[in-house]
Amino acid sequence: MDPACKLRLRNVSKMFRTARGGTVQALTPVNLDIPAHRFVSIVGPSGCGKSTLFNIISGLTEPGTGEILVDGKTVNGASGIVGYMLQKDLLLPWRTILDNVILGMEIRGTPKREAKAKALPLLRKYGLGGFEHSYPSQISGGMRQRAALLRTILYDRDIILLDEPFGALDAQTRALMQEWLLDLWDDFKKTILFITHDMEEAIYLSDEVYIMSARPGSIKAHLRIDLERPRKPTIVTSKRFVELKEEALRILSAESLKAYDQEKAV
Amino acid sequence: MSMTEKAVIAERPVDVQVDVHVRAPAGKSSWIQKEQRPLNGIVVQLCRFLVFAAIVAFWEIGATLGWINTFFWSKPSDIAATWWVIVQNGSAWSDTMFTFRSTIAGFVIGTVAGAAIGLTFWWSRLYAQTVEPFVIMFEAMPKLALAPIIVLIFGIGLASKVAMAVAITIVITILTTFNGMKSVDRDLVRMVYTLGATRWQVFSKVIVPWTIPSIISALRINIGLALTGAIVGEYIGSQHGLGRLIFYAGQTYEISLIWAGILNLSILSMVLYLLITWTEKKLLKGFMH
Repeated sequence: MDPACKLRLRNVSKMFRTARGGTVQALTPVNLDIPAHRFVSIVGPSGCGKSTLFNIISGLTEPGTGEILVDGKTVNGASGIVGYMLQKDLLLPWRTILDNVILGMEIRGTPKREAKAKALPLLRKYGLGGFEHSYPSQISGGMRQRAALLRTILYDRDIILLDEPFGALDAQTRALMQEWLLDLWDDFKKTILFITHDMEEAIYLSDEVYIMSARPGSIKAHLRIDLERPRKPTIVTSKRFVELKEEALRILSAESLKAYDQEKAV
Repeated sequence: MSMTEKAVIAERPVDVQVDVHVRAPAGKSSWIQKEQRPLNGIVVQLCRFLVFAAIVAFWEIGATLGWINTFFWSKPSDIAATWWVIVQNGSAWSDTMFTFRSTIAGFVIGTVAGAAIGLTFWWSRLYAQTVEPFVIMFEAMPKLALAPIIVLIFGIGLASKVAMAVAITIVITILTTFNGMKSVDRDLVRMVYTLGATRWQVFSKVIVPWTIPSIISALRINIGLALTGAIVGEYIGSQHGLGRLIFYAGQTYEISLIWAGILNLSILSMVLYLLITWTEKKLLKGFMH
């Protein structure tokens, strides 16, 4: 096995029982090899099982078949191994921003004083300085997502799963957040798995892009993004970017159509 | 942050701050503009006082002139005299205190126990679904009908009044807590599990804080119910308390004494209500933002 492989999925599949007693195959055998420190995006049509995949990797659900390996060790069903962030910021409304970002450390047993000491410089560095003692209801959506992301970073796991974290933000905020995320990734060198609907976002941010098929989900294509880093916003109009985007969209739209037909059939 | 943003963010309704320097256009103001101007507080208070004075005056005059039968209704001057008597001999204070003590004790026990029981429902779905219909059944039953049994079991002292107040408040609190708890955001719970939390940590760090606003919202209802329970307990059997006073006065046809008792009861209710509202504000301020 490749020692540089941080996260590996082998033959992972998942079946659900529907309310009516039938079964739905959410994922057919999925195989993924994610090297350490890479930024990898997963793009796919609605209902293809992306979120189910994340639930399995993060240990919230057991896979039907297959194994999830982190650093070579099987972690099926074990939670707390990877960081997981959703579209909703899920900050606790009764806690200040500072108390929110230390939540992961607090759960792990780190003394509060130590945790706060670790968190404060990070909050200041990444644009939340001055809001440490504010409450989530008092700050904007973009800032809340930043706080949620910092909470995930402070949880200090090597692998982070981001499930459409910028989906609920307006276009300008999203662009700012993308730059911010790349800065964060540069500084912390985490292995990032990123789900998005936006192909351009996926190509812009990532080293590799996996395109999933419609349900039952499997990996349809794997693109290596050979654009130079650090990525500049102007790169989106470069020839290579557009080529990659064309190819990716071609594959994706075929799958999207299938997904749409599935929805209609139901 | 501007005033309007603060107003939008506040959880409790805030009086809208209107710029009173806005002048109405020359000529008639429309209803919409009239409605936006805040009422003069002094005028409102004056009107309230006038209504009260009018009722008292009508009552007194009507009674004196024989329009109103004083045997059944008494009149303000007699009521005032009787009231003064019971205040002077100290029974007003001791009766009020008795009722106050049993109300507060029943309220606190009922609320705390109800909240605790409601929270335990999170731990096991089987347990929650098994017990829930029994709780609802008990809630639907008028607890006041249990008063005779409770007085029989607990005697005619303070304990039975407290027990009545507890019986009424505990069930409502269980249900309110349970409903508040059911509304917790599942994604929030899942997220905390992904941080490696144990069940107990999820319970203490997410479920309990999430449910607290629901419990607080029940406080105002609970205090009223606790007072009712205490009073009804006193009707059935008691040696002290405002309920006993009113009941006894009713038995002996001392109508003005009944009214005097009701007056003290109203004062007590108001005081309790203000107490709870103040507590509620304090608790919510420290909690919701």
